[in-house]
Amino acid sequence: MAELGTLHAPLKVEFDYTRSLGPTLSEFMSGLRRHQVVGGRLADGTVVVPPPEYDPQTLDPVKDLVPVADEGIVQSWTWVPEPVKGQPLDRPFAWALVLLDGADRPLLHAVAVDSSDAIETGLRVRARWSDEPAGAITDIRWFEPADVASTSSTTASTGSTTEAVDGIISPVHLDYDYAASPEESKFFRGLADGKILGQRCPKCQKVYVPPRGACPVDGVPTTDEVEVADHGTVTTFCIVNVPFLGQKIEPPYVSAYVLLDGADIAFLHLILGVEASEVRMGMRVKAVWKPRDEWGTTIENISHFEPTGEPDADFESYRIHL
Amino acid sequence: MRDIAIVGFSQRQMKEFDGSPTCVELLVPVFADLFEQTGWTKSDIDFWCSGSSDYLAGRSFSFVSAVDAIGALPPVMESHVEMDAAWALYEAWVKIQTGEVDSAIVYGFGKASAGVLRRTMSLQLDPYTVTPLWPDAVSLAGLQARLGLEQGAWDEQAMAEVVARSMTDATTNEWAIRKGETTADDVLAQPVYADPLRRWDCAPVSDGASAMVIAATGKAETAANGAAWITGFQHRIDTIAMNGRDLTASPSTRLAGEAAGTDGVDLAELHAPFSHQELILRSELGLADDVRINPSGGALTANPMFCAGLNRIGEAAQQVWSGNSQRALAHATSGPALQQNLVLTMEARA
Repeated sequence: MAELGTLHAPLKVEFDYTRSLGPTLSEFMSGLRRHQVVGGRLADGTVVVPPPEYDPQTLDPVKDLVPVADEGIVQSWTWVPEPVKGQPLDRPFAWALVLLDGADRPLLHAVAVDSSDAIETGLRVRARWSDEPAGAITDIRWFEPADVASTSSTTASTGSTTEAVDGIISPVHLDYDYAASPEESKFFRGLADGKILGQRCPKCQKVYVPPRGACPVDGVPTTDEVEVADHGTVTTFCIVNVPFLGQKIEPPYVSAYVLLDGADIAFLHLILGVEASEVRMGMRVKAVWKPRDEWGTTIENISHFEPTGEPDADFESYRIHL
Repeated sequence: MRDIAIVGFSQRQMKEFDGSPTCVELLVPVFADLFEQTGWTKSDIDFWCSGSSDYLAGRSFSFVSAVDAIGALPPVMESHVEMDAAWALYEAWVKIQTGEVDSAIVYGFGKASAGVLRRTMSLQLDPYTVTPLWPDAVSLAGLQARLGLEQGAWDEQAMAEVVARSMTDATTNEWAIRKGETTADDVLAQPVYADPLRRWDCAPVSDGASAMVIAATGKAETAANGAAWITGFQHRIDTIAMNGRDLTASPSTRLAGEAAGTDGVDLAELHAPFSHQELILRSELGLADDVRINPSGGALTANPMFCAGLNRIGEAAQQVWSGNSQRALAHATSGPALQQNLVLTMEARA
């Protein structure tokens, strides 16, 4: 058979980070929510936007917060020909270091211009504010050349709340092309054919299911492919009583380590078709496969395991696999 | 202080690694190389330390899975940093200095091609006022490059010469991704990509793994391959605030270089993922004009995250082993726009 590449699948990793704010950033974010940029005045008199929480020279908290303008000049810029997800604009734009009037250090933000010919160092730009400010750096949607007529109000339209902004929520969404290892790819392709494939370490002769790139004991590639049985012994298990988000089976149910006959490492699956209270160490179980036309390159081809009805395995037969 | 030497180094780099993000498949042969070079076995290694990040390829606890490549039975003493493995090397060096261990293998690995690297790198920025805008790593370097260009700290020609020398030198580097005889005119003829940067000004997205063996005197002399003795090892960091420092300079590099001592260096491997950053580093380290820079081709020709810094140290060590350098300097960087910098010096001994 021709050597196939590894299996790939898209993977999304998402998390909304909730971050509390100290007094300095709270005041900065509260300002943004009312369309006001504030900077921090340091001990040496310079005004820095965003305000650092501590003075880099004296290390004291920065407490002297002063309003600065929402327009200023570009100190440096770079063109973004291919924006990435989450950036302020989804069409080509510029990042710039913008020195706001009244500040001594620049703010990093986006500048919306149609081409790199429309921006240069020294260009005067003005903030384009969000109509729905939340108290976050993204309340400034981007900057645009100051000679463009302002289309958004310069003061907050949503001034109904006067409470300080004491936290931000930063969503992180990451997209990956996730690859299985060559060994894992063989395992998943085997499942698509109704087989459970492991690999044997050439040194210690142990059979790993699912196979891994290297024997974790010997640190050598596991090269010999071995088909193992779709039945085996419960080595240890737990009864799931706690509901959780995304749960597919109604509790109580059993997650168990099943040592397949011919394998040296147990793998995790479900035990169904029996009362949870009946499941025990040493119980003999077999795979219940989904209908063949539902199979893919996935462990979900096996719906669950259920008891075979055989006598329990002797403890000594799986003692070293616990 | 104990005398400690680099006695083994191996690397794998490629544009796209067709395998799992744990990179176990890359690490197994890399470790085998180290044992062949040194003539040692696993039992000669007292401590293991790795550098990697789960964000890079979207695999949780990838550094734990990577331990499979060691063969950790009986259990090994092991640690990890979410930084380039050059900093894992620092941890191992300190560990040996304490006297607790005499030898260590340090490794780094990363599969940047699994995600959008320049976007993933936004996660290392200030999480309150910067990361929510997702400024990508190429853009931050572009802002830095333009500041230097417009202030006259460097020019396009100097940047192009860095690129041309790097790609030309990489011709003989089997692990380089972007290489070939190149002149500065060839570089300047390339279209501007992320104005002011051309694609060749930016390191290629790279996958890879590498590992290094270090050992204290008494043990190091038994390694078959030779030894590059570490004479200085320092790292420093600048503020995370992009507006809190002059981006055309790198005070942390200067301080690390001064502390490590750069006198008498005849060769330097500098970790500059963008062409203009090499110009900053050379200036901050005060390297003389006759110091050979990046004979490997450097990071502009392959820049696998979490091992490219260690690779600079390994490339320099190879030059010391082969007798091409008597005293070499290696540098590693981390963070946006040269925020954090590490300098190691090493020498040959008769």
